[in-house]
Amino acid sequence: MQLVLDTEQQQLRSTVRKLLADHNHVRSVVDGDESYDRVLWRHLAELGLTGLVVPEEHGGAGAGHVERCLVLEELGRALAPVPFLASAVLAVDALMALGDTGLLPALASGERIGAVAVSGVDGSWGPAPVAATERDGGWVLEGTAPFVISGDVADVFVVYTESGWFVAEDARRTPLTTLDPTRGQAKLEFSATPARRLDTADPAAVLEKVRDLASVALAAEQVGGIAKVLETTVEYAKVRVQFGRAIGSYQSVKHACADLYSTSERAESLLRHAAWVADHEPEALPLAAATTQVFTGPAYFAAAASGLQLHGGIGYTWEHDAHLYYKRAKSSELLFGGQDEQLARLAGRLAEVR
Amino acid sequence: MSEFREKVRAWLAANVPGDEELETAKRFQTALYDAGFAGITWPEEFGGQGLTAAEQQIFDQESARYDLPTSVFRIGMGMCGPTIVDLGTPEQKARYIPPLLRGDEIWCQLFSEPGAGSDVASLQTRAVRDGDEWVINGQKVWTTVAHLADFGALLARTDPDVPKHQGLTMFLIDMHDPAVTVRPLKDMTGRAPFNEVYFENLRVPADAVLGQVGQGWLAAVTMLGHERVSIGGFVRKRHDPLAHANLAETARKYGRDTDPVVQAELAKLYAAERALALFNTRLRQEADAGTPPGARGSVAKLAGAQLMQQAVAVAGLIGGPRVAAWDPDDPAGDELALAINQTPSSSIAGGTDQIQRTIIGDRILGLPREPVVDRDVPFRELRVGTQRPA
Ligand SMILES: Cc1cc2nc3c(=O)[nH]c(=O)nc-3n(C[C@H](O)[C@H](O)[C@H](O)COP(=O)(O)OP(=O)(O)OC[C@H]3O[C@@H](n4cnc5c(N)ncnc54)[C@H](O)[C@@H]3O)c2cc1C
Repeated sequence: MQLVLDTEQQQLRSTVRKLLADHNHVRSVVDGDESYDRVLWRHLAELGLTGLVVPEEHGGAGAGHVERCLVLEELGRALAPVPFLASAVLAVDALMALGDTGLLPALASGERIGAVAVSGVDGSWGPAPVAATERDGGWVLEGTAPFVISGDVADVFVVYTESGWFVAEDARRTPLTTLDPTRGQAKLEFSATPARRLDTADPAAVLEKVRDLASVALAAEQVGGIAKVLETTVEYAKVRVQFGRAIGSYQSVKHACADLYSTSERAESLLRHAAWVADHEPEALPLAAATTQVFTGPAYFAAAASGLQLHGGIGYTWEHDAHLYYKRAKSSELLFGGQDEQLARLAGRLAEVR
Repeated sequence: MSEFREKVRAWLAANVPGDEELETAKRFQTALYDAGFAGITWPEEFGGQGLTAAEQQIFDQESARYDLPTSVFRIGMGMCGPTIVDLGTPEQKARYIPPLLRGDEIWCQLFSEPGAGSDVASLQTRAVRDGDEWVINGQKVWTTVAHLADFGALLARTDPDVPKHQGLTMFLIDMHDPAVTVRPLKDMTGRAPFNEVYFENLRVPADAVLGQVGQGWLAAVTMLGHERVSIGGFVRKRHDPLAHANLAETARKYGRDTDPVVQAELAKLYAAERALALFNTRLRQEADAGTPPGARGSVAKLAGAQLMQQAVAVAGLIGGPRVAAWDPDDPAGDELALAINQTPSSSIAGGTDQIQRTIIGDRILGLPREPVVDRDVPFRELRVGTQRPA
């Protein structure tokens, strides 16, 4: 098990960090009219990052999850408003797990954006309330998928229903109003929409695998977010003076920063392990993925809330990014079935391993 | 690597004894040494194995399945020994390290005093030069295993005319000297694993100094760094009733394992335990790659103490009234109570949680230090304990 990054991995990380530093991407969406940063998406695609884990024969870079997680960490640090999680993680992982390679080159190149519809009306991770029926030798979808991450900007939809997995290229989409302004969600309505069935012996097993990988990917974003909150908070504590001293010299502030650091280091350790496991010990992934989410989900929100508090009034203003991390952290905690489901999954897996 | 693991596994299966008696512990440590498992990462010239943190980790993983009777050696192995390796003269290393590794000699750490705990540099124990010797007078407190120790690493004031951090020196002393008095001190569990220690004209030779005269603070900081890593990286004992696996077992025993609240709290505890274990693994891998943990050991120490507190909460949730009262002949009740009562020590001993947070803030995050009032004042003029400026 390798939890320390090698030189190549460190290089990848600094390349992505530099790319993201050249522009305040998050504000282009939060204060602009765009729903995602197209320019940034194109840059990520040009660097081959949108197809990082796609095998080379399908137009990708054939890299591992450790590498993809590094990219996600950086995207999470910067709150980069791009549909990476939806397309380069969820859609790519679902298609790869289903062995359906036709769409992979277009997703890998970033030319098309994918989204996955996998949640029920209450947000639970399971079949979308969409009916699939066979008609004239093909399939059509009927119904509404309620919470589809980046469904507002995607042009290919992978849909999980009671009758298995489907791909549709058409849907009526209603962008939802979101707590997190940096990541859109949409409601998708299908009405007699033609779809292609993705055959698989065990559709539910694919769903589990996709969620495990997605949990690790989300943890990478969260770990990046925690690290950024720590960094900006510590910087601020060094320069903000009150009562004649830098606030970071006051113990209640210093100790809160120390707790942020401790959280950050432990979350990163869980992530490094889960990402390594995804590449090298897939049989251990279900346990590692659930463990990681149970820790990083609430940890990110606590960190973001603490970071905001330590910024005082300025942290509560629209111009400051502290609220964006707060909102991203809370909504991330609620994705993929939320903490309740993650806890139940972990409990179930712990019961299995003994 | 897997060969090493096989070797460790087979040896442990054949050799771990069933009790923690002192003689058993000593025999077991000697056997560890003979088998090549004592001082796995220590230099070979003093009997260590010169291997890497990876082998140490394999040993720790395998031995976590057992309760090794090695706690009496923890201060020597985790703190005094590594500091002697760092700062000792060749003679000191040759004299003290091999018997320590073999389990022939037990060590204690004589830092804290009634008036100097977190602020250990304000200590009052004096060492005065007299010809070729030093004469030591004073008192230490909370000294773990002093009653069993053969040697102690003692921090004393050798110059009261300079600021408090500059006038300290570390000595390696013989605990069997008649000038040393050890009095047991009961802790909140009702046992007496630590002591008060008094020195009345204790004479030690000049070569008892570890490091340089007046450089005792450096030696102390070195030892405290080892201490944090040693405490933080400490592997849970197999039968620690507060370890996740054992709490899960207890939940099953009491029929509480299907309660969703219990399941959720156990899952959170598991995640916290894994996070800390993986953080420690990362520190070791970094050390192997050439980056020592430095003050990051404080994270392990702090998170370890928090984990214990979380586990106590889960134990209460699972056990309910059985945690508060049990049949006098139920050993499981006693074990859990002992573990609960020991928990506060993890956030006090080796530097409190508050002190660890300050260390992380100052040394890792580079936050501005608190204003200090005593850095540049000669110790003699400070208000310390009963001492008052003239
Ligand atoms: C089980 C156990 C074993 C021990 N073994 C040894 C041993 O073998 N050898 C040895 O030398 N010592 C030993 N000690 C002593 C231990 O190192 C001290 O108890 C510890 O460092 C705290 O010092 P104190 O007890 O004087 O508390 P104090 O320093 O008086 O602290 C009281 C409270 O004030 C807080 N506080 C103090 N200073 C600050 C500050 N600057 N900022 C914020 N908060 C502060 C503390 O966090 C604590 O909450 C042991 C202690 C225990 C409990």
